[in-house]
Amino acid sequence: MSPSRKKTALVVIVVLILVMLFFVFKNSFFRPHADTEDYKSPTTSINDPSHPDFDTVENGIHLRTGFVEGDGLQLVINNCTTCHSAKLVTQNRMSKEQWKATIRWMQETQNLWDLGENEGEIVDYLATHYAPTQKGRRQNLADVEWYTLDTEY
Amino acid sequence: MQRRNFVKKTTLTSLATLLGSPIVFGQQLPIGYQPLGIQEPDPFKMFNKDAQMVLLNDKPWNMEAQAHLLNDKVTPNKFMFIRNNGNIPKEIDVDSWTLTFDGESVTQEKTFTLKELKTKFKQYTYQLTLECGGNGRSEFDPPAKGNQWTVGAVSCAKWTGVRLKDVLEDVGIKEDAVYVGYHATDTHLSNDPTKEPISRGVPIEKAMQEETLIAFQMNGEAIPLAHGFPLRLIAGGFPASASGKWIDRLSIRNIVHDGPKMTGTAYRVPCTPVAPGEKVADEDMCIIESMPVKSLITYPKTGAILQKGKKLNVKGHAWAGELRVTQMEYSIDFGSTWKACQLQQPVNRLAWQHFSATIDFPKEGYYEVWARATDERGKAQPMLLPGWNPKGYLNNACHRIAVKISS
Repeated sequence: MSPSRKKTALVVIVVLILVMLFFVFKNSFFRPHADTEDYKSPTTSINDPSHPDFDTVENGIHLRTGFVEGDGLQLVINNCTTCHSAKLVTQNRMSKEQWKATIRWMQETQNLWDLGENEGEIVDYLATHYAPTQKGRRQNLADVEWYTLDTEY
Repeated sequence: MQRRNFVKKTTLTSLATLLGSPIVFGQQLPIGYQPLGIQEPDPFKMFNKDAQMVLLNDKPWNMEAQAHLLNDKVTPNKFMFIRNNGNIPKEIDVDSWTLTFDGESVTQEKTFTLKELKTKFKQYTYQLTLECGGNGRSEFDPPAKGNQWTVGAVSCAKWTGVRLKDVLEDVGIKEDAVYVGYHATDTHLSNDPTKEPISRGVPIEKAMQEETLIAFQMNGEAIPLAHGFPLRLIAGGFPASASGKWIDRLSIRNIVHDGPKMTGTAYRVPCTPVAPGEKVADEDMCIIESMPVKSLITYPKTGAILQKGKKLNVKGHAWAGELRVTQMEYSIDFGSTWKACQLQQPVNRLAWQHFSATIDFPKEGYYEVWARATDERGKAQPMLLPGWNPKGYLNNACHRIAVKISS
């Protein structure tokens, strides 16, 4: 092999090794601080915009967030799930006034930004789909899964 | 344990479980790299929790037990609820971890390494009841905002550490000290580095109790990450938020500590009773201290169907914040009549007490077993929801399970 061909072969090998290293370590290259808590695998996570179900709605429920479909859904996703989980919203039931007060509290103490002209639509969405129901002073036991208990404890 | 170790120990074990085989060269995996096939971080695996635990929130992580999961006398990690206000700290280096004492009421600021804390002071182990102030919130009407805890935000694990009072004595505190406020390394959800997610604490009288610990072990092992590794303040009987996790600083204050979640409606209730839904001014709210009397039927799981003529043995725990439970009863007729349960003494002050009873049912049909504890001052659990408050704290209404007797 001539010295120049030898040199070319060496360059090719080095490049190949670099490419391989890149694929092995690309996650740590691009996400130096990623860890178990916030790292999402780019090809498989529903939280990645390229995921086919990123904005899929099934039976009236937005799959990725669990939000009910309705006017203002995208605004709510964009403004309400940056800091906290959608679960913090969907667990709760409040009147329009209370949702508004919660937004004010988040703006005053939790770094929520000014929602501007979108606030009305966001509050309407929340107050429509996550409104309180009357529970009374004590509810019936619900969703009991019956099973046979036949052994003496 | 540094993060690398945490990743190694926790994640690799769970990855191996998930993939069904150990990962060859797993220890060489770069931090943050997840093998293909793993999708979201699975909190049950990440925090070693039982699959029957209920996830309420994933940012921040909040998870509760169900009543039947809490049957153990000493709560194991897998059944212990997680309540986080912010993000779990990412970089934890035990070797360089320190705890600093400062504030208006220290005679001089002082810093201890973990090793100094462990070697300089005598260590104590207590079983201590930690219940989230908002446990039972889901039942309030009108609803209260926040995580909708049902019954499972309570635990009673064994905590090992040094007495806060011993360390305070070594540091030296002034006579005007009224409160100990904690600061920790968890981060705010908004990622604003100037904000603390939560900074609460305890009155100085509580800090001086023998059972108030600066703990570094839970159930004989290093405290699990989600529960405050490597250092946690433990104040049993108070709302669990007083027991700060991941603490690196304790401020001895000459005023009631005013950190985040000490003011407004957070962990405070109206000083005088209010009608459901009533607006309450900030100055009319009082900080929750001792939790109220409460109990939980942990065996059997709700929904048991029994053959007629069989007896049912029920078991559970009762606790009363800073007080002792002196009486435990059950009813199978919606409170018309009550019968006594056997009630054990606590293993130490501020630990929950175990109860049991053997129940005969008169005929077939649908029953509910209700449990009612009474504290040493004669206060019993209400059958209905207790006084409404803006954030839905302190629901100590009787726990009940459904039972059917078949012919």
